[in-house]
Amino acid sequence: MVTLNHYLVLAAILFAIGTGGVFLRRNVITILLAIEIMMNAVNLTFVAYGRHLGAVDGQIIMFFVMTVAAAEAAVGLAIAIAMFRHRDTLDPDAFRTLRW
Amino acid sequence: MSGDLALFYLFAALAVGASLLVIGQRHPIYSVLLLIASFGALAGLYVLLDAPFAAAIQIVVYAGAIMVLFLFVVMLLNVPREEPVDREQTPELHRARWFGAALAGVLLVELGWVLARAAAAGTGTPARVGDVSSVRLIGRVLFREYAFAFELTSVLIVVAMIGAVLLARRADGSAGE
Repeated sequence: MVTLNHYLVLAAILFAIGTGGVFLRRNVITILLAIEIMMNAVNLTFVAYGRHLGAVDGQIIMFFVMTVAAAEAAVGLAIAIAMFRHRDTLDPDAFRTLRW
Repeated sequence: MSGDLALFYLFAALAVGASLLVIGQRHPIYSVLLLIASFGALAGLYVLLDAPFAAAIQIVVYAGAIMVLFLFVVMLLNVPREEPVDREQTPELHRARWFGAALAGVLLVELGWVLARAAAAGTGTPARVGDVSSVRLIGRVLFREYAFAFELTSVLIVVAMIGAVLLARRADGSAGE
């Protein structure tokens, strides 16, 4: 029987993988992908709890998280393009000062 | 019921494996493609959770729209492989490494403790209180109780659009070639 705990543990594992990716990878685009993994873990928690409590609110908040993820991806990728134009690299360590 | 459990473990293993591979790649294009596989597995989990609408928008919006945006930028920049890390081993780095390892160990112990306690308490009955799979119900709640938040997301999208255009523009003010 699949319990709520199964989904919560899976979401925790996925969130940990995303966090590890943000720290381990040295490429801005992969770091953004790791953030997407974390957002998906949170979405899974929302939907699992919504099912557990018998309310659709979990799915609606997942919908809002998805909107935020789309906005974040658009702005983040625009920043990545601007960074690549200035330094010809996507290594976050190449951008130590907050000025060009 | 055991069929559900087998499906859950199948999708969970797919999601975790694909996510781990996303993190493990040096080339971002493989990461993007593997993340689409991970999102597909999550859509399967949403179906198991009686949320077919969530599964549909997971595929259409996430795996479809957002990942294509990532793929487009990876192709546009033609990003080279990530170079292996090559930095000098300073004492500060050594100390920071031990501190990070200790912190991660403490968090792992905490997580194990919580899981052991939750398993002992035997919580998490998948009680099916109400029907959550109806798209009609989702639409009704979304456009009544969450109508204001829904309208605000349109402002968010506009802000993100303007921000992306401004950020990706060339410094000399032209829109690029």
